[in-house]
Amino acid sequence: MIKRLFVLLAVAGMAVILIPFVSGNGAGDALNNVAATYVEDAPRDLGTMNIVTAVIVTYRGLDTLGEVLVLFIATAGVGFLLKKRREGDPVQPPSEILSTGGMILMPLIVLFGIYVFSHGHLTPGGGFQGGVIIATAFLLAMLSARRLPIYSGLLTWIESVSGFAYLAVGVLGLVLAGGFLDSRLLPAGRYGSLLSSGTIPLIYTFIGLKVGTELVSILDKLRSNQ
Amino acid sequence: MFPILLCYSLCLMMIIAAFGAVYVKNLTSAVIAAGAISLAASLLYLLLAAPDVAMTEAAIGSGLTSVVFLYTLHLIKKIDEGDDD
Repeated sequence: MIKRLFVLLAVAGMAVILIPFVSGNGAGDALNNVAATYVEDAPRDLGTMNIVTAVIVTYRGLDTLGEVLVLFIATAGVGFLLKKRREGDPVQPPSEILSTGGMILMPLIVLFGIYVFSHGHLTPGGGFQGGVIIATAFLLAMLSARRLPIYSGLLTWIESVSGFAYLAVGVLGLVLAGGFLDSRLLPAGRYGSLLSSGTIPLIYTFIGLKVGTELVSILDKLRSNQ
Repeated sequence: MFPILLCYSLCLMMIIAAFGAVYVKNLTSAVIAAGAISLAASLLYLLLAAPDVAMTEAAIGSGLTSVVFLYTLHLIKKIDEGDDD
C-alpha cells in the first residue's frame, strides 16, 4: 500500500515537472537563431534541399559518426554473444503466398531503400532509414525462404569497407576543405539534382550500406540461433 | 481542427498501447503492443511535419525492433525449455 503511494507520488511529481514544457513551449511562429542560420545557410553553402540532412551529415557530422559507432558496437556485441550455427531445422515451411510474395517484393524494397539513402539530400530520409529499409527487405526474404543463404563474410567486408570510406571522406574534408566531415570537398553542383551538395550523397551511401549490412547480420545471427 | 483531433487520438492510442505492453500477460502480445506505440508515434511525427524522424521510427521502432524482440523471446523460451546448451 505504502509502496503504491510512493509510486503515485513519483508519477505526480513527474507530471508537475512536465507542466511548464507543455504549457509554455507551444509551436513557435519564428525559428530560433540556430535554426534560422541552418535554414538560410544550408541551401546556399551546401546545396541540400533537405535541411535535416545538411544538419545530420555536415553541421552535426560528428554526432552521426557517434551513432554509427554505437550501432557498430551493438552489432559486435550481438555477434560476440550469439555464436554462429548453421543447422536449425525449420519449424514450419513458409506458405505459398508468403514465399512467392516475399520473393516478388524483396527486390522492390531493396530498390526503395537505395532510393531513400541516395536521395537523402533531396527528399526526407537518408542513410539510416535506407539501411533499415534494406534490412527489412532481407528479413522478408529470410521469412519467405528459410534456407536463404546469407554470406556473412561478404556482409562484414561491405560493412568494414563502407565504414572505412566514411571515415576517409571525413578526414579528406579535414585536409582539403573546411573541417572534419565537411561536405564541400566536391562542388555543390546544380541545386536539386541527384549529384549535388558535395559529398553528402557519398557519405549517406556509405552509411546506408553500413547500417543495412550490420542489421542484416544481426538478424541473420538471431535467425541461425533459433 | 481535424489534424489536432487526429494527434490527440494518436496520443491516446499510444497511452493505451503502452498500458497494454506493460499489463498484458502474453509476452508476444506485449512486443506487438510496443510496436504499435512506435507506429502511432511515427504517424504523429508525420503529422507534426517531421518526415525524417517518422521514417526512422516506423522502420526501426515498429519494424525491426519488434522482429528482434520476437526472435530473442523465442531464443529465451528455447533455452528455458532446456534443449539448448
